[in-house]
Amino acid sequence: MIERIPDLVNADANLMRRGRHLSTTFLMEVGDKGYLIKIIEGRVVSVTPGPFVTPNYSFALRAPKDEWEMFWTKLPPPGHHDIFALFKRGKLTIEGDLHPFMANLLYIKDVVAAPRREAKQ
Amino acid sequence: MSPRFEPIVGRYLNFNLLGRPHRLYIEETGQGIPLLCLHTAGSDGRQYRGLMNDPRVTANYRVIAFDMPWHGKSSPPEGYQNEEYRLTSKSYIQMILEVADALQLDKPVVMGCSIGGRICLYLAHQHAARFRAIIGLESSPHVAPYYDVEWLHRGDVHGGEVSAGVVSGLVAPTAPDNHRWETLWHYLMSGPGVFKGDLHFYKVDGDIRAKIDEIDGKKSNLYLLTGEYDYSCTTEATLDIGRRTGAEAVIMKGLGHFPMSEDPPKFIDYLLPVLEKIRAAK
Repeated sequence: MIERIPDLVNADANLMRRGRHLSTTFLMEVGDKGYLIKIIEGRVVSVTPGPFVTPNYSFALRAPKDEWEMFWTKLPPPGHHDIFALFKRGKLTIEGDLHPFMANLLYIKDVVAAPRREAKQ
Repeated sequence: MSPRFEPIVGRYLNFNLLGRPHRLYIEETGQGIPLLCLHTAGSDGRQYRGLMNDPRVTANYRVIAFDMPWHGKSSPPEGYQNEEYRLTSKSYIQMILEVADALQLDKPVVMGCSIGGRICLYLAHQHAARFRAIIGLESSPHVAPYYDVEWLHRGDVHGGEVSAGVVSGLVAPTAPDNHRWETLWHYLMSGPGVFKGDLHFYKVDGDIRAKIDEIDGKKSNLYLLTGEYDYSCTTEATLDIGRRTGAEAVIMKGLGHFPMSEDPPKFIDYLLPVLEKIRAAK
């Protein structure tokens, strides 16, 4: 799922345009597996799976695997449809330097939710 | 597409509000029972455009929506540059009563969403006799802060963009794209610090948990409608108010925190039976 993010984001010219002022690397944890998502000017240039020796990232989004799987379904049920919904239910943590996250929130939300675009159900 | 005017009329009302001269933008249309509509935090009266353009609503109701001071086309009061905007339960209640008086509304129905849904609980508690009925959309007695609202107003983050980002997930994923992005546009273009100032009421000042059991939902004709995708004002919170006050509470499928704006036709299907009940009880 998560490995599909670069292709899905980079195929969407409008999404890349909306993120054009963002260059950062952030961490996503799907259960106990970590991934570094590297973005340069709105383009996702790499998704690197862990384990990492000294990971360098601006902010981290961590949630259990089953939460991400539900989040990435085509039509997630209430409470599973947005990272803030997961966050409010205490299932997702957001930490680190939140400036790039908050300043590009609409863009980041769409990047993280990109696997939903090709979900079968 | 041939040119077509909507039936909505917008005007500016100059009057003293909260003890200061204000210039308030008010839209209305329809005829019959006055239905005074209150928008959500950081947005404006355009959220009710769907209702105002639906003859099933306007045939029997005079639908009125005002932009709160600082919001939409209403100006902030003179001298705003020297103060920080902060909405409180006291000022919000007073604002609604003064607007209703200025418009000489005779026992209007009041309907508010989110902060408007919260203030409906205050109105049901303190001023039920002033209203024919009270319709709370996305009503909850309290929402604890779950993110740092300081992000909403600072020089190095675009206030409109971050506000829209914060609320975007509150729109149901089933909402049509045109209405979703119209709803978000109102946030994208909001004034600096205005959403944050409204949230002072929503998350700090406006805690009505201790008074819920004192509300008589039947006597105040209180109706509660909440979208299933709302994780801010949760369905559990709404149903709990219903149980404790006797108010009729309905959970709306396929809707989120902005029902009247994110999917007007779907919302109106839920609203019409309530409006009919209110009219029948006249």
